Amino acid sequence: MAGNERVDVLIIGSGASGAAVAWSLAETRMRILCLEQGDWVRSTDLPSNGRDWEARRYTDFDISPNRRGRDTDYPVNDDNSLMKIANFNGVGGGTVIYTAHWPRMHPSDFNVKSLDGVADDWPVDYWTLERFYDENDRMMGVSGLAGDPGVPPRNPPMPPIPLGKTGAHYAKAMNRLGWHWWPSDTTIATTAYDGRAACINLGHCTPGCAQGAKASTDITYWPLALRAGVELRTRCRVREITTNEHGMAAGAIYYDADGREHFQPAEVVIVACNGIGTPRLLLASASARFPNGLANSSGLVGKNLMLHPWPIVSGYVEEALDGGRAPITSMWSKQFYETDPARGFVRGYTLQFNRGTGPANEAITAAATGRLPWGRDHHRVYRELLGHRVGIGVACEDLPEEHNRVTLDPVLKDSHGIPAPRIDYAISENTRRMMEHGIARAEEILTEAGAKRLHASRTVLNSPGHLLGTARMGDDPERSVVNGWGRCHDVKNLFIVDGSIWVTSGGVNPTSTIQALALYIADQMKQRLATLFD
Amino acid sequence: MGNDAETGLSAAEIRDLGDIAGTMIPADPAFGVPGADDPAILADIARSVGRDLPLVRQAVAAIAAKSVGGFADLDRDGKEALINDYYAHGGAPAVALGRVILGAYYRDDRVLLALGLEARAPFPKGYVLEQGDWSLLDAVRKRAPFWRDDRTTTAGER
Repeated sequence: MAGNERVDVLIIGSGASGAAVAWSLAETRMRILCLEQGDWVRSTDLPSNGRDWEARRYTDFDISPNRRGRDTDYPVNDDNSLMKIANFNGVGGGTVIYTAHWPRMHPSDFNVKSLDGVADDWPVDYWTLERFYDENDRMMGVSGLAGDPGVPPRNPPMPPIPLGKTGAHYAKAMNRLGWHWWPSDTTIATTAYDGRAACINLGHCTPGCAQGAKASTDITYWPLALRAGVELRTRCRVREITTNEHGMAAGAIYYDADGREHFQPAEVVIVACNGIGTPRLLLASASARFPNGLANSSGLVGKNLMLHPWPIVSGYVEEALDGGRAPITSMWSKQFYETDPARGFVRGYTLQFNRGTGPANEAITAAATGRLPWGRDHHRVYRELLGHRVGIGVACEDLPEEHNRVTLDPVLKDSHGIPAPRIDYAISENTRRMMEHGIARAEEILTEAGAKRLHASRTVLNSPGHLLGTARMGDDPERSVVNGWGRCHDVKNLFIVDGSIWVTSGGVNPTSTIQALALYIADQMKQRLATLFD
Repeated sequence: MGNDAETGLSAAEIRDLGDIAGTMIPADPAFGVPGADDPAILADIARSVGRDLPLVRQAVAAIAAKSVGGFADLDRDGKEALINDYYAHGGAPAVALGRVILGAYYRDDRVLLALGLEARAPFPKGYVLEQGDWSLLDAVRKRAPFWRDDRTTTAGER
């Protein structure tokens, strides 16, 4: 095995959180190395450059690693989960293929035990994270509009994405219903921003933005981190984190692009592999000293997986709209976000209003839901659908439950022989009631908007790739994996900064909070450098 | 007969696939569009099968098995009824078959132009998105903040 030169900080994973923490720690002038199992994604390789742009979202840019099947991916056994796992392995991680919808958690999301009597409170609160949200918004570049009465004050640095025909259509219906709506915050640049070009409405944001208007960390944090001296090695797949005779993390064993095994020693190890990859790595790092997996004396590594059930209700209106020729994100509603006991469930959801999709994807999704026939009537019906789609996503908070978990699959392995993660996940009764409430409200909105041919898809089609909760934060080492600033209770030079440390999930897309937390943890580390391992 | 090196499909399978594709999406002079069995589109479909080859092969075989006397010998109504029934109940193979055919069909220049769309990739030209009527937001701006401030509320309060 090749031995490498020791570094001060080893970060595993270059996605949303790994990039943010690398950039923040760079000012310490420590020697920082990040290992990433995937490649850099070149903008010229992104689907919207070519005529096969829609087909590629079902092949090499599919959100499912099992379907995508790149040699940089690892398989996931999600057979025992209604929701299928979505991720991306490459520099930038999931930010390469996210929709760039950018809500923050609400203050109440950090205190669900105190406020609603369920799950647990977080060891940090919104107000502690607020300045890190703001810093992250500047770094990623957020477009939005201040003044939303549904969320705490924030000041996006760029104006919002235009309402367009679709947004205005929704807005009229929401105003008639008297329900809250607001243009979504998004990390799609609406003006030139920090070297990024403004959005030109490619209409295909999810599988990467060839224009570079969508913020992914390969074009936001990483160029700055690299310039500040951080080293990033791609195609390096970590097999395990090793420990020394003192029970401290010694470094990591990884395979390089040629399959050669290396040992990378480090003073500090930071895991940023997302809510599936992180517990997989910790469980795969079991040793005589840590027989149940690294940092797992609580037995909670891999447990409490939260995936955000995300029903989508769609339909078609008579008016020709602008779907497929603009970002899918349009606006949100917080009308049903905060707990109302009268609804029959606790916690709540965000409604996310989407624009339609391109010609092939419209046909594929309409056929899959039985709304586009085959045969002689195909063309007539298709012309009533293309450009007329409206759709609302119901972003449901799912509460932590220990039976929802990540374990190591006893059979399935990746191309290096590392056990694949196995997912066991079921939707709780509280969440089901929340989903049905949200579906009914979405149907009400779309009906008010004049939509017909309504269809609600509840789970499998809509995995949002929000991977949360499997190495939770907390002050009690028996009930959590990391402390209130990301350090593992069991291994004092091992930190976790990704979505796995979430205590509860909120009802919002998680990336802004994942990154705010990563910046907060990096800040805590910098403040405590002299006593970091005490 | 061996399989085509590029598509993995045999000539007979491509012929059957063309018959099925042409039934699923027939040519329609009224709309000015070719069918999915058009030679150029069918070649694109065959090239696009890729990782879905096992599923598409299953779908073609399942349709053949359901066709008493052979799919090609059914009349048009019979073919359409069989296809619509199979697609509704055929699971992953049916979905894969539809996805491959639709993905290739709806990127053909003739089809896109007939729909009034430009036959091009989204990048680098992009599209224009109108601002829309922002005065619609005035009603929402008048609302008082209603997010739950954990600094001031207790359990059960809104």
